[in-house]
Order: sequence, then structure tokens, then C-alpha cells
Amino acid sequence: MAVETHIEVTDLRLAYGHREVIHGISFDVRRGEIFGIIGPAQSAKTSLLRCLNRTIDFTPDTHVSGSIKIDGQDVRKTGSVYALRRKIGMVAPLPVGLPLTIYDNVAFAPRCAGLTRRSALAPIVERCLRQAALWDEVKDRLNSLGTRLSGGQQQRLTIARALSHQPEVLCLDEFSIAIDPVTTMRIEDVLKELRREMTIILVTNLTQQARRLADRTMFLWNGDIVEIGTTDVIFGDRPKDRRTYDYVQGIFG
Amino acid sequence: MNNLPPETPAPAGSAVRGVKRPAWARVGERILEGLIYVCGFSAIVFVLGIFAFVLKEALPIFARESFSLTQFLFSDQWYPTSELNKRYGVFAMIAGTGAVTLLAMAIAVPFGIGAAIFLSEFCGPKLREALKIIIELLAAIPSVVWGFIGLSVMSRLIMQYTGAPVGVNVLNGGIILALMSVPIIVSIGEDALKAVPDSYREAALALGVTKWQLIRRVLLPAAKNGLLAAVLLGVGRGVGETMAVLMATGHAVHIPHSVLDSVRTLTANIAAELGEAPAGSDHYRVLFLTGVLLFTLTFGVNLIADLVVRGIKKR
Repeated sequence: MAVETHIEVTDLRLAYGHREVIHGISFDVRRGEIFGIIGPAQSAKTSLLRCLNRTIDFTPDTHVSGSIKIDGQDVRKTGSVYALRRKIGMVAPLPVGLPLTIYDNVAFAPRCAGLTRRSALAPIVERCLRQAALWDEVKDRLNSLGTRLSGGQQQRLTIARALSHQPEVLCLDEFSIAIDPVTTMRIEDVLKELRREMTIILVTNLTQQARRLADRTMFLWNGDIVEIGTTDVIFGDRPKDRRTYDYVQGIFG
Repeated sequence: MNNLPPETPAPAGSAVRGVKRPAWARVGERILEGLIYVCGFSAIVFVLGIFAFVLKEALPIFARESFSLTQFLFSDQWYPTSELNKRYGVFAMIAGTGAVTLLAMAIAVPFGIGAAIFLSEFCGPKLREALKIIIELLAAIPSVVWGFIGLSVMSRLIMQYTGAPVGVNVLNGGIILALMSVPIIVSIGEDALKAVPDSYREAALALGVTKWQLIRRVLLPAAKNGLLAAVLLGVGRGVGETMAVLMATGHAVHIPHSVLDSVRTLTANIAAELGEAPAGSDHYRVLFLTGVLLFTLTFGVNLIADLVVRGIKKR
């Protein structure tokens, strides 16, 4: 497969008020890869994702400079921020089940985009729930509240919801912190399947998770890129930067 | 309470579990517990007490042969002081209360909920603080003052723009009542919307929906209990408000056929006539019976609201 750049970030800076948290980083994400982002707390991983789909706009007094291009289109100059957000599926660390039924949770985004016929919605709901490995557990109770599901099921529901508008990019922000290891492994299998269809950005605290899944991994620390490399290099014996080695080996972080 | 012995500090090193609390602390806790129990139950005692008192004053009227409950509820003839033909029918006033309350809610609910949505979702923090202070000020205006506004300002405007012969009517009372209810609906509605976690907003917006879709499909359903409570408190105010509607509705016993008709409400009737009715007379007792009716109405509204909210929760 030819290497094709999907997302191109150039000299991105982000400041909350006067406090700069991302200090001019540049990297690119290739189409169809799983791009891991690791780094300790406060290293601006979540802020970076929020810049991607511009949910950063909701936080008052933020200043963004530099550019983020998806398919060559600058996200900050895009005509429709809603279309941009539909291109990017976002999964938050703690599952946020909207106070709707399971069916309505998944059908939410397509409905808001104007799709209202049940005959069109039902296949989408089923496909997304299957992709998120949740269909078998909930197919008999699609009309019960999504918030009644267990934590792991809810997280898969948010993944199904993120898939419902057929995003080109799926961003997962530490999706496994609230769920058990077995469910985590199931979702990881799901991600391996999805890789064929979309680009996945995986932010994770678990360095081993990035090692298992990511094609390439970026080590972010305090808003700077320490190192970007293939999984072999980052998790190997001699990454370029000593700090990467220390972090991955659990010596600091 | 000031001459209690000072608490002796536990000796250093002793396990907290082993420290025996002084007797006054244990007794004091029992007393506080009891007090809080009493506070909780007092609400029930007061409600039952008020109902019992009003009912006690009203009940003897049922012993009178000339009185019939059907006439009381369904006749629109109210001639309490007539020498020959006394009639105690409050139907016109039930209609009056209903008409004024309905109109007031038709105005106040869209405005109140709309303002609550604006405050919680659209305006900046500075504007929100300013608006909230002003809205609370609006809630603090005494109802008599609202009555003045209805009687002088509003009635003139109504006569000028609708050509109605009298400016004190259902429309006037409805608008005044709406203005009085809006602050309540806004502040409780805004609280309800603010109570919806921000994570819902961000999750929905990250899915690429517009702000209106977010409000209509996520926020309003999530906040519906609180919003319903806000509306019903507004209705409660509408049914119960006395002085402002007494001054603004014209006080004519008459079933309204249009919003420009003058009416009298149940509350205004009691307020205006109780002072003139000789204690213990039929008139006096019927007024108390009207009180029982009002009590039952508001109780019914609250009960329905409660059932609706429970119904929503069950789903």
C-alpha cells in the first residue's frame, strides 16, 4: 500500500490563556494506519485531539496557531465545522452515553444529519453495533436506556456511535481506563478490524497497548514531540531518545 | 449551648476508635436528630393543619338545605348578598382562573424556557450574571406593584391597541401573570439545563450536530424533569396569585368568551369578599369552600406533575 498522508500537522501551537500547552509540533498521520500517541499526564494529548475536531473551540480563551490539514483541507478554514466533525469519530476516556436508548444513541448522528427513515437507520445501527462488538449483547434490548449498560458496554456503545457517521478518522482517547482487561482486548480486536477502513489515532496511557496496536507511535511530553517512530523502534532497545526508552520501560512518567 | 465543656483533645497516639465521645456530644446528637425529624414531619403537619382548618370552616355549609354542591361548582350565578335570591355558584370564577392561567402559561412558558436556554447555552458568562440578577429582581417585585402596572399601564395599552372598552380583562391579567411567572420558570429552567453534564454537550457536538439539534435532541430531553417542574411552579403561581389578578382582571363575575372580557378569579373573590362576609354566615362558609376548591386544584396539579415525572423516570 502506498504511503499517503491523511492528516498533516504543521507547527501547531495551543495556549490556554497565556499558558502554552502545545509548543509548535509537526507530524503527519498516514491513511489507514493506527497512530499511537503516548505520554504522561499533562502532555497535551487530549488537547491535541480536541484541536483536530475543533471541540477546542468550546473552551473559552484558547489560542491556536499553525495548521492541521485533513486531506489537505485546513480544519480551521473549513467551510462547515459540522462536516469536519462528522469526518472524525471521537471516543472519550469515560463513556458518555447520551440519555437516550441504545438505538437512539447510535442513530443520533445520522438522524441529525437528516436521515430519518427507519429503513435506512436500522441497518446503520446494526452495522455500527456489530463493528463495535456489541450487537450480540444488546440486540434484544435496543430500546432500553444506553446509560443502563455496564461501563465496558457503554464504551463500546460510544465507539458504535462514533462509527455511525462513517468517519474517515477514529480518535480514541484513553478508551480503556474505565473498562476491564477482557473488554479492552475485545475492543482492541475491533480496532484491528477497523484499521482497513479508516485511520485510527489511539491516545493511550498504556504503553503496551500502543505496542500491541500501533503502526507508528508518537511520544508526546509536555506539549513537545520527543520522538515519532515505528512501533519496533519506539518500543525497541534503542529508540533515538533516551527519554523514550525510560518512559516505555516505566522508569519515569 | 455556650457553657458546654470544652472538648478535650484525644491523647496523642491513642487510636481514634478507642476515644469515647463525651456524653454531651452523644445527647446533643440525639437532640439534633430529633429536631431534624420534627422539621421533616412539620411540613406534613402544616399542610394537613391548613387543610383541616379551611375544611372545618367550610363544612357546616353542607348542612344547609339551600346549598347544593352541584350549584356551587357548575352555576355561574354568584349573588352572595342578594336578599331574595342568594346564589353561590363559582363556575364563572373557575373559568376565570382557568382562562387567566392558561393565557399566562401560553405566554410565559415559551418565553421562560427560551430565556433559560439562552442563559444556559448561548450567552457569555458576564451577560449571564447580569441577566440573572435582573431576572431575580423581576421576581422580587411585590404582586401589588404588578397590579398597579396592570391597572394603569397595561390597561391603557390594551384599550389603545385592541379598542376594548375596558383594559382590565383576561389579556391584562394573563400578561401580568406571565411576567410574574417568567422569572421563576427562567431560574429553575436554567438550573435544570445547567445540571445536564457538559460531557453530553461535548459528546453530541463532537458527532457533528448543530447547536439547535443538541438542544432539541439532547438537552431538552435530559432536562425535562426540571423544566416540567419549572413550568408547574409557574402554573402554581398562576392559580394561586391573588392581588395582581384582582387588580388586573376587572373583577366581573362572567364566563369569558374572549381574552378581552373581564373576569374574576377564585383567589381574587376570596380576597375581596372575605372581609365583608359576617363570620359564620353562609357567604363566609362558601368562601372557605372556595379555598378548599383552590387547595384541591393545586393539589391535583402537583399530583399530576408528580405522576408525569415518575412516568418519565420509569421509562
